[in-house]
Amino acid sequence: MKTLTTVEALRAALWHEMRRDRRVILLGEDIGVYGGAFGVTRGLLDEFGPERVINTPISEMSFTGAAIGAALAGLRPVVEIMFMDFITLAMDPLVNWAAKLRYVYDRACPLVVRTPAGGGRGYGPTHSQCFESWFFHVPGLWIAVPSTPADAAGLLRTAIRTENPVLFVEHKRLYGRKGGVSDRLPPVPFGSARIVRKGKDLTLAAWSWMVAEAEEAAQRLAEEGIEAEVLDLRTLVPLDLERLAESVRRTHRLMIVEEGVRSGGAAAEVAARVGESVFEYLDAPIQRVTTPEIPIPASPSLERAAIPNSERIVREAFRLMREFS
Amino acid sequence: MRSRRELYLRLWLIRLFEQKVENLFAKGVLHGTTHTAIGQEAAAVGACSALGPRDVVLSTHRGHGHLIARGGDPCRMMAELFGRETGYSRGRGGSQMMADPSIGFWGSNGITGGGLPIAVGAALAFRLRKERRVALCFFGDGAANQGMFHESLNMAGLWKLPVLFLCENNGYAMSTPTAAASAVPAIAVKAAAYGMPGVTVDGNDLFAVFRAVSEARRRALRGEGPTLIECRTYRLSGHSRGDPRSYRTRAEEAAWRRRDPLRRFRAELKRQGEWDEATERAVRREAARRIAEAIRYARRSPFPDHEAMEKGVFA
Repeated sequence: MKTLTTVEALRAALWHEMRRDRRVILLGEDIGVYGGAFGVTRGLLDEFGPERVINTPISEMSFTGAAIGAALAGLRPVVEIMFMDFITLAMDPLVNWAAKLRYVYDRACPLVVRTPAGGGRGYGPTHSQCFESWFFHVPGLWIAVPSTPADAAGLLRTAIRTENPVLFVEHKRLYGRKGGVSDRLPPVPFGSARIVRKGKDLTLAAWSWMVAEAEEAAQRLAEEGIEAEVLDLRTLVPLDLERLAESVRRTHRLMIVEEGVRSGGAAAEVAARVGESVFEYLDAPIQRVTTPEIPIPASPSLERAAIPNSERIVREAFRLMREFS
Repeated sequence: MRSRRELYLRLWLIRLFEQKVENLFAKGVLHGTTHTAIGQEAAAVGACSALGPRDVVLSTHRGHGHLIARGGDPCRMMAELFGRETGYSRGRGGSQMMADPSIGFWGSNGITGGGLPIAVGAALAFRLRKERRVALCFFGDGAANQGMFHESLNMAGLWKLPVLFLCENNGYAMSTPTAAASAVPAIAVKAAAYGMPGVTVDGNDLFAVFRAVSEARRRALRGEGPTLIECRTYRLSGHSRGDPRSYRTRAEEAAWRRRDPLRRFRAELKRQGEWDEATERAVRREAARRIAEAIRYARRSPFPDHEAMEKGVFA
């Protein structure tokens, strides 16, 4: 066991997979000498050379498409989209090609698209968004949303080894966060939620950075006598509905925390599925804590007010417990 | 190069397949939509006959001809159009999504220009693994205005990848004439911006296409990078079924019909003394027999099992 930042854990996972399998290549903007906008690929060019660490022009649509072509030709490409906001430019190859190859052509597409998401760093409306909910709507893509360095490394290793195309969401606020990671970086299976904290009064379901906010909220709620269970979904596709339902059967209340905006968000889908499966166990309507229907503002003061945080979760949890006790 | 007779047969197979498809749509036997390649057969057969068995082809929404040219099975194609389990994509892809990896045909594509970056990535992999193969991507004049075209050619030129960009310029992107959509009248000149040669050939002349693709392939295998080949051609049919062709004149169509690629090929065989009435009859009969067989096969085949509909989204 050692302590690593998320950036270090991701880099170690890439390093191990590239050592283990010569078919693994990296493509993306400024991932070579510069090491990627957030330093995840730093040093990998020296280690593996420009044939496997491919620094691309600013052409998200086509280097993502090229990665799919390389995957069809037998490689296992890992693409970096510098900010998730730019994934709009790569939608076509992901949605209309990668996601459909298995269903239509029965062909494997071992592709990973890594991308930094989320706000909290004052980057403004086009460098702060969370778009995982869009991809939730596309059959054929797996979606990883890790919240710790160990899960980031473990899920990335699984993502690289699967035959399915994977959207791998890395929250920017997690990059510098430290955590314990086993020396051998064990792969983490998809579709297996993690109970972060046990509780009996309320389930807080979250993913990515929002797990940290939910954890902090649970601590504060515990001081006030409310025991919240915190569930880290870890992957949205596949979704671990069983563990969610099992938790709700015990706590009878569910609050889903999502950093993305409310309408059409992933939380809405999670809420619907839980409602469909364990409605009779619920003592309260399923609640969502999300960013309101606005572009993410740049001003730190506005951004703090917009994106869900532990104080808001605590406030909403109190309200829920008061109204549906 | 394949035998002259085999090439002529493939031209006729495409022609009759497409005519039959139009006929079946007109009669309401087939549903949905389709884009036929009548008039563009020479570009498909000329290009594919210049490739090696391990090369790969990426195609377009107008892809039936490319698949037949590459050696695809008309039975499985027709079954796909009929929505049957025995179709190339088990009824899941339809007219615009068929693939046969066993003959290096990696798929047609319902998105204009969608195959371009896929071909670039395939070529990237071939080079990385030091395999002597090329990727060829068909696309139309309309796709040359897509961002993907410019990004893909730039990357391929920058990295000198073994990829051939084969533009079938049929004069119209659906209803929009090339001149009304492209700032320059020729597609081939765009190659200059991406550090590769751009050549223009008569796309209705099978031998001209064959020579251009053969030269581009040799160049790619020597490590000298990609080539953009513009084949000037014309689709004698409408864009898709139900196209009233109000954007062009019947006189223009008649002029192009005189340049019909099948007629051109036959004239060339005659000139070389390799043609006689018996060959003509035999080839046409063989093509007609195989298309009729394809329709029988499709009709006999079962529809896909609904139980399996939700299977196979993931590995």
